[in-house]
Amino acid sequence: MSEYILCFTLFCIGLYCVLRKRNIIKIVIGLGIIEYAVNLFFVLIGYRRDGRAPILAKDQVISNMVDPIPQALVLTSIVISLAVTALIVAIAIRIYEKYGTFDITKIRRLRG
Amino acid sequence: MILPFFVIIPLGAAFLISFFGKRIKNFADLLANLGTLSLLVFSLYSISLVATHKILVYKVGGWVPPMGICMVLDGLASFMLVMVNLVSFLVALYSISYMQRYTDKPKFYTLFMLMLAGMNGIIVSGDLFNLFVFLEIASIASYALVAFGTEAEELEASFKYAVMGSVASSFILLGIALLYGYTSTLNMADISLVLFSKPSSMIVKFIGVLFLAGFGLKAALVPFHAWLPDAHPSAPASISAMLSGVLIKVLGVYAIIRIFFNLIGINKVTLSILMFLGAVSMLVGVILALSQWDFKRLLAYHSISQIGYVILGIGLGTPLGILGGLFHLFNHSIFKSLLFLNSGAVVYSLGTRDLRKMGGLQEKMPVTSNTNLVASMSIAGIPPFNGFFSKFIIIVACIQAEHFGYAFCAVIGSILTLASFMKVQKYAFFGKLNQKWQNIKEVPWTMWLSMIVLAIICVVGGLLIIPLFRPFLQSAVNVLLLGTGYKEAVFAALR
Repeated sequence: MSEYILCFTLFCIGLYCVLRKRNIIKIVIGLGIIEYAVNLFFVLIGYRRDGRAPILAKDQVISNMVDPIPQALVLTSIVISLAVTALIVAIAIRIYEKYGTFDITKIRRLRG
Repeated sequence: MILPFFVIIPLGAAFLISFFGKRIKNFADLLANLGTLSLLVFSLYSISLVATHKILVYKVGGWVPPMGICMVLDGLASFMLVMVNLVSFLVALYSISYMQRYTDKPKFYTLFMLMLAGMNGIIVSGDLFNLFVFLEIASIASYALVAFGTEAEELEASFKYAVMGSVASSFILLGIALLYGYTSTLNMADISLVLFSKPSSMIVKFIGVLFLAGFGLKAALVPFHAWLPDAHPSAPASISAMLSGVLIKVLGVYAIIRIFFNLIGINKVTLSILMFLGAVSMLVGVILALSQWDFKRLLAYHSISQIGYVILGIGLGTPLGILGGLFHLFNHSIFKSLLFLNSGAVVYSLGTRDLRKMGGLQEKMPVTSNTNLVASMSIAGIPPFNGFFSKFIIIVACIQAEHFGYAFCAVIGSILTLASFMKVQKYAFFGKLNQKWQNIKEVPWTMWLSMIVLAIICVVGGLLIIPLFRPFLQSAVNVLLLGTGYKEAVFAALR
């Protein structure tokens, strides 16, 4: 149970980082933490105590394997978050070129 | 089987455009338009398929669900496909001239087709994780498209949108993880089957909240709307039309109704939450829109308000309410994309979006002015146009379900919308011509052609509720009324 609570705590830390930090790079890191927490949670769902890797060979008996589907899904999800992070970092660099700052309280040309 | 082509065509077109777009002149324009045109033809053909077969299931790679991934085409999916592909074809046509202002058109079309692939994928997907993947494809493409101009404001809006969108996606993924942990399956029909056999528990409610927050943020319902008024005006006009016209509906509204009606099963509490969120979005959006002077920003606030109408109608849960909600979904996609294309035409000729600097454009730009008048009257709900019928149905459905307060809110929202668009017409198109704009011309023909087509659909769109065309709308409504009967329909089609 404790690992689920820690996972949820990690999620909340990431959310705090996104909502409260003023530096846009820290916000991007916060997004990364959120994504790690969700991925970790996904892997934990497939975990079985003393389970082994789900590889089916000829002389193996099928017993107590971890669930392979969440692992496959997490791989997909990691690739997606890589794409999002790369895009956001690229945007952050362009923002720095235009505004000369990483502070979101100074990046405020849109109003209304 | 036409189902996989809804994803394959735009993905393939995106790939080819990114490879050959730079080398061959006009290749990108041609391929994007042909691709979207063929998608439109396919989606119109899907109406007749749904009319004969009711529901079609395609097994990807021949693997049988619930083990394999499946794609499902039912009334709702075909309705949404027609809407998305109709708007995207006209927008692609419009972009030929409009996107000359920007450098690197092939990259624009690549992202455009990727966004389209994501949206079509969401609609036809019958697998929850696949839905998430397509949602991310569409979202990432739209983050990049919002920043396409790479000016300071556009980057800022895109950053805001990307951060909020990623948080929403994480909520959705967390919800999917919990749902997988609870039901140990990802196929939507199978999830519904497992949930039905288990007693109701707190975890399903928690998953519902996660999905509502995640997809609600994508749909820009009011507590989650902060990104929309920045992101939609900052994009190039053709993309604003796609974002406001179809993206928020597919990523937000469609996903919400598919998951809550067909997967989890709808109940009184969820319906009343949806109705409340809808009514609040409706009023807050339109009140914020009243004080705007930026043409596109004003339209963006109206998108929040009109999505509120859709959610209110669907949240009523009665057959008439759902009919009104879905009808308004279709109508809004038409007139809001037309309005954004008009704003793009004004920007194309004048180079400004400030309403106070315009004036008297009617004599110089008759097509833009008249189509904008049609769209304004549609959105405000003036009788012969399509917006009137859908709003009227929603208000009647509210009264029929004895929600008089919500009916009153809908009427107030409609009056304020009218006021706001009278302002647009007065400042931008009527009155005396500003001396500065003596030499402007009407926009090129590809741009006005797509605007005129959309305006014609606005005028004749009301005909969708007459008995001859009604099955198109009614088959989508039936899917929602079927509710969790969706699982039996899918499994029956598999056999």
